[in-house]
Amino acid sequence: MNIIIVGCGKVGHTLAQQLGGENHDIVVVDKNPERVHGITDELDAQGIIGNGVSYQTLQEAGVEKADLLIAVTASDEQNLLCCCIARQAGHCKTIARVRNPIYNEEITFLRDKLGLDLVINPELITANEIARIFQFPSAVKIDTFSKGRLELIHFRVTKECLLCGIELMHLKESLGFNVLIPLVTRGEEIIIPRGNFVFEEGDIASVVTTPQTATMFFRKIGFTSGRTRTAMLVGGGTISYYLAQRLLSAGINTKIVEIDENVCNELSEKLPDAVVIHGDGTDEKLLLQEGLEKADGFVALTGLDEENILLSLLAKKLGNSKSVCKINRINFNSLLGEIKVDTTVFPRLLTADLIIKYARSMNDSLGSNVENLYRLEDGKAEALEFFVKEASGVTDIPLAKLKMKKDINICSITRGSQVIFPTGNDVIKVGDYVVVVMKHLGMKDIKDILL
Amino acid sequence: MNFTMVSYIIGWILQIEAAFLLLPAIVGFCYGEGNKSFVFIVTALASFLLGLIIKLKKPKTHDLYTREGFATVAIGWIAMSIVGAVPFFATGEIPNFVDALFESVSGFTTTGGSILNDVEALSHACVFWRSFTHWIGGMGVFVFIMAIFPIMGGYSINLMRAESTGPAVGKLVPRVQKTALILYALYLGLTIIGCVVYIICGMNFFEAVTTIFGTVGTGGYGVLNTSITSYNPAIQWAITIFMILSGINYSVYFCLIRRQFKDAFSISEVKWYLGIILVSTAIIAFDIRGLYAPADSIRHAAFQVGSIITTTGFSTADFDLWPMLSKSVLVLLMFCGACSGSTGGGMKISRWLIMAKTIRKELSTMIHPRQVKKIHMDGHVVEHETVRATNVYLASYFFIMLISVVLISVDNLDFTTNFTGVVAMLNNIGPGLGLVGPTGNFSIFGTFSKIVLIFDMLAGRLELFPMLIILNPACWKKY
Repeated sequence: MNIIIVGCGKVGHTLAQQLGGENHDIVVVDKNPERVHGITDELDAQGIIGNGVSYQTLQEAGVEKADLLIAVTASDEQNLLCCCIARQAGHCKTIARVRNPIYNEEITFLRDKLGLDLVINPELITANEIARIFQFPSAVKIDTFSKGRLELIHFRVTKECLLCGIELMHLKESLGFNVLIPLVTRGEEIIIPRGNFVFEEGDIASVVTTPQTATMFFRKIGFTSGRTRTAMLVGGGTISYYLAQRLLSAGINTKIVEIDENVCNELSEKLPDAVVIHGDGTDEKLLLQEGLEKADGFVALTGLDEENILLSLLAKKLGNSKSVCKINRINFNSLLGEIKVDTTVFPRLLTADLIIKYARSMNDSLGSNVENLYRLEDGKAEALEFFVKEASGVTDIPLAKLKMKKDINICSITRGSQVIFPTGNDVIKVGDYVVVVMKHLGMKDIKDILL
Repeated sequence: MNFTMVSYIIGWILQIEAAFLLLPAIVGFCYGEGNKSFVFIVTALASFLLGLIIKLKKPKTHDLYTREGFATVAIGWIAMSIVGAVPFFATGEIPNFVDALFESVSGFTTTGGSILNDVEALSHACVFWRSFTHWIGGMGVFVFIMAIFPIMGGYSINLMRAESTGPAVGKLVPRVQKTALILYALYLGLTIIGCVVYIICGMNFFEAVTTIFGTVGTGGYGVLNTSITSYNPAIQWAITIFMILSGINYSVYFCLIRRQFKDAFSISEVKWYLGIILVSTAIIAFDIRGLYAPADSIRHAAFQVGSIITTTGFSTADFDLWPMLSKSVLVLLMFCGACSGSTGGGMKISRWLIMAKTIRKELSTMIHPRQVKKIHMDGHVVEHETVRATNVYLASYFFIMLISVVLISVDNLDFTTNFTGVVAMLNNIGPGLGLVGPTGNFSIFGTFSKIVLIFDMLAGRLELFPMLIILNPACWKKY
């Protein structure tokens, strides 16, 4: 496909990297020459310097022949206008990033009237992701499939937990029931575990379950995390606002610490149920005073990545809370695994994942649709959910007889309301949702799992 | 510096060259020169194996930053030239290896200046290889590799920048591989059309093929001792036209094929290029009106202008005997060069345009000291980086030229010969004036001077910086 990316910031760069890696032809547009060169020097993409809202610039970028335009500049208005112009100038699908909460409330209206195909709000996505983790504090990260009927839960193996030191094939005996663990991360290495695999302390294991069995599984292996009742948010930005909304509606007692008085006032106006505290979030005393030790959840959402990391380390040390850290900019993922922050969220990557999922499902000619896509471990592995539209080489053949590529794990098949954790005798049928975890990247069709 | 990756790519170059070396071997068999073909096949085999051995060590990362890109291209060209010289030497047709290397470098860099006194004495295989190196070198062997094997991902732009011509190398389409493929498709298309036209005009097949290689590559190796002089006027006009076409920025053809006619004809560099050709032809035709019949003087003037400005170096007449004005215009054209993004060498017209505009800007700032003024070209602002690089390019260019002139003066030849010889080498033209004029050749120089000129040719073809960077010790440090 021909894809135009307007705006070469963090997300633009990540998108160019990912989509370029999936064999799309990328043209990037930005007003700032340095940013454009930053991409074209590193990636195989064409750069156009100019304002993406201008028809002439878009024409230069080849909007007439483009299949998809993604507007991710810093300004919402520019993004919306850029998509409108692109729609009139060509026949491409358009994706706009819109982050202002005011627009967000009218997003369906905007999307329909302006003819956008997808509107992305990174802050909202991030808030949702964090809220989801709080529903299940034992997890590092939760990816949902089949409209929430199925979850891929990533969690850290601790010394106390039942898994530590056990072989995968003996797991069923110890637990009393069967679960599927399709993927384990050890340090920077990604392992698709076989039967003789032994779990070690510090591994991040990923388990595929339904939400009901998840609770049972975690109780069984020795995670005794109760419900999250209290949460502390440091930093009162847009993510905090969305997150507090969600947490409050789930009945979680939420405190927000924010340094700017005006922002505090505004938050207090919009969130009457939240406790808004005006003060410096990096002040240890203040945090202790506000009960950091007793908080079940702690989220560092300030504008500085370094501050966020330190804050969540502090929370981990002082209290026994689940600490979440938001990282916008820095790229030391290899290092983050070693520090003991429970969960790190990257708004940049979450946004990119969603757009890439959309780009992959755009190809209508294939026999299956990409319904969900999650990139795991810095993009070294992927979890994909396919909807099987038509019969192909993979349908109606027992899985044991399929000649599949290495390092692929078929995790589940959802047929109607029934979720199947497949064994060798199960078959994939037309109309199924299939979740696959693998170390191969960029698959667009379920058939791609075959050799 | 990522040495394994650099050598890995060099390995590719050697293997590709091995494939290229088989073509002259086939030509040799067609003309019953079995023993010459054998030499080419052995060289090809050796080159292939050498490439294979170098490639054994797989690079850990495919990172290829600017310095690796530039160094790879420079080393690649040197390696390619050395291998290319082997057949000349091994067949015994050029008994001195430095001479053989000179001939090979002159071929690959599309210079076309020879050290041979008698070209017609060469075997068909060697003549073919000589001209074929023009064709390979014209568009560039790295561009060729990128067209076929997408080995380097995004970093390949660094190789393309080092090998392609012009102040700001861009891509025609988003992908490097597709851009390279399009360039080679256009190149091949021009070659085939040209070849057919030459044959229609009355050339024999072998001469048409070798001459078109020299034309589209803007090389200039002739097949006959008299270059193009002995061909009929129709052929000479055909060659003139194809030389001029080869000097045009290839993005013009790309736009034409895409039917973006307005874009194709609005590139100011191309307008200036054609304008300069017309004006120079008119001046020279007027100046030499006494020497030839009117039609002939226009033909000779057009041919020579086309040949020099595109840095091809064919000749239909001994312009060394022309009046001073004509000679001066030709020397000026030597500096001028063709369009950026073409196969031609020299300074490139776009660089001169940028420099002329810089001068105008400087004058304007003297009148209005606080004025903010950007340099525009084709409706775009020329970035300061590009302007700076152009200025540095000019400075380096004259440094290399002056030092070379001094160095080759050890042979005690006259100044015109030395000066125009260096200019002709550095701009990849071929013939200069004086002893290295259209009827002379470079065999008059000593071994040391030849090595200096070899460096000049490579520096000129790769636009200076790749060759200069490998002379900088900092480039070779690991850290």
